[in-house]
Amino acid sequence: MTFAHHRHAAHCESGVVANLISHHGVPISEAMAFGLSAALSFAYLPFIKLSGLPLIAYRQPPGSIIKGLAKVLAAEFRFETFRTPVAGQARLDELLAQGRVVGLQTSVYWLPYFPEDMRFHFNAHNLLVYGKEGNDYLISDPVGEQTVRCDAESLSRARFAKGMLAPNGLLYTVKKLGAPTITPHAVRKAILKSCRTMLAPIPIIGVRGIRMLAGKVARLDPAAHTSSLYVGHIVRMQEEIGTGGAGFRFLYAAFLQEASELAGMTVLAGFSERLMFIGDSWREFALATARMVKGRDAMDPPKLADMLGSLSGQEEVFFRDLKKAVA
Amino acid sequence: MDLKNVPQEGNKTLGGHRRAVYARDAGGHIVAVASKGWEVEEIVTSQAVEEMSALAEAARKNVMDGLSSPLEYWMYARRMDLLLLAQSTGIWRWRIRRHLRPEIFARLSHNLLARYAEALGLAVQQLQHLP
Repeated sequence: MTFAHHRHAAHCESGVVANLISHHGVPISEAMAFGLSAALSFAYLPFIKLSGLPLIAYRQPPGSIIKGLAKVLAAEFRFETFRTPVAGQARLDELLAQGRVVGLQTSVYWLPYFPEDMRFHFNAHNLLVYGKEGNDYLISDPVGEQTVRCDAESLSRARFAKGMLAPNGLLYTVKKLGAPTITPHAVRKAILKSCRTMLAPIPIIGVRGIRMLAGKVARLDPAAHTSSLYVGHIVRMQEEIGTGGAGFRFLYAAFLQEASELAGMTVLAGFSERLMFIGDSWREFALATARMVKGRDAMDPPKLADMLGSLSGQEEVFFRDLKKAVA
Repeated sequence: MDLKNVPQEGNKTLGGHRRAVYARDAGGHIVAVASKGWEVEEIVTSQAVEEMSALAEAARKNVMDGLSSPLEYWMYARRMDLLLLAQSTGIWRWRIRRHLRPEIFARLSHNLLARYAEALGLAVQQLQHLP
């Protein structure tokens, strides 16, 4: 059994939803799914701790891509959660027996096919299940190049992992797809929403959030071991957690480029290029940080803070201009 | 980032997998391309992994010196911390903290041991010893 719509994606949620909707007859790219759901963001949430480090996100919270895209495409998804793993597995088997392709939210840690070093307790991973053979589920996990298999026990454990963002066995299927065409209006609305997020008058969100993080980094003690963990953590959130590079900035640039062709909004092409340059600056920040973490350069938090401050400034100008251009 | 600049550095943290990144091809189109990894990613991931292994190894030493129960070792070996173990078991943190003391851990009921073992993906017997 094979799944024709498995496509390698940068990010699990945008990949899953793009592949699932394509499976239902509306071909859509990952970048388009990401952009239309206005998933680009920045958030610095010091009150939510991951192994003692603050949550730093370059996108909207888990679930918002699926829900955002459903709204734009007038699609209906059915979401189900379960109290017990037995009930969750029974329902999954029932849907597969009907020939449905099912989306799941899972923990990363308990998925045996993940590389050992990538297995952290992150509960908002997404994947598609498209069949079952014996005790193995057939899985299209878009962050992998090929489809994989996962035994029933491991998958069940991953679906019912506890802790922050616990999936509670969440599964989702497409009920119906409404308006399958992507209109300039929808693109414009989504872009304006992202601009609003990035320019939000909230100190921990968007360009202000980047600036606040810069301030926090500037005050780190260069000699402390925790400082190295802190800046390394920022780069992990930016590059390592499936962002397509530069904390989703390259992915969003791909969306802007595609939208400029689709909707006849040629002005977006220039913005796509500008965002690619900003993405390169994010990569330079990652490189400078990694060199300090590794001890090739001396730990210099004020220098990293300056880079972040400059990125905040660049993105502020970018999103102001973008807002003007599509409004 | 241009296609020719997409790092293909063979990260060990990717375990032979490739990840998708977005880059510009020669015609200026931004496409998804498979990358064998960037050393930057490897450095920061290894840093996080090593930090957790260090905690597990420190706990192992404590257990051998009779200062901690094997529960502490297994908690870190499973890449958890006190908060996550509390959330995964439904046992309050202050109680878990007590259970990290070897003399108290030795007297735990089978029921409690089973809850820990289940959350950590272990058999009860494994939980009671270092590997």
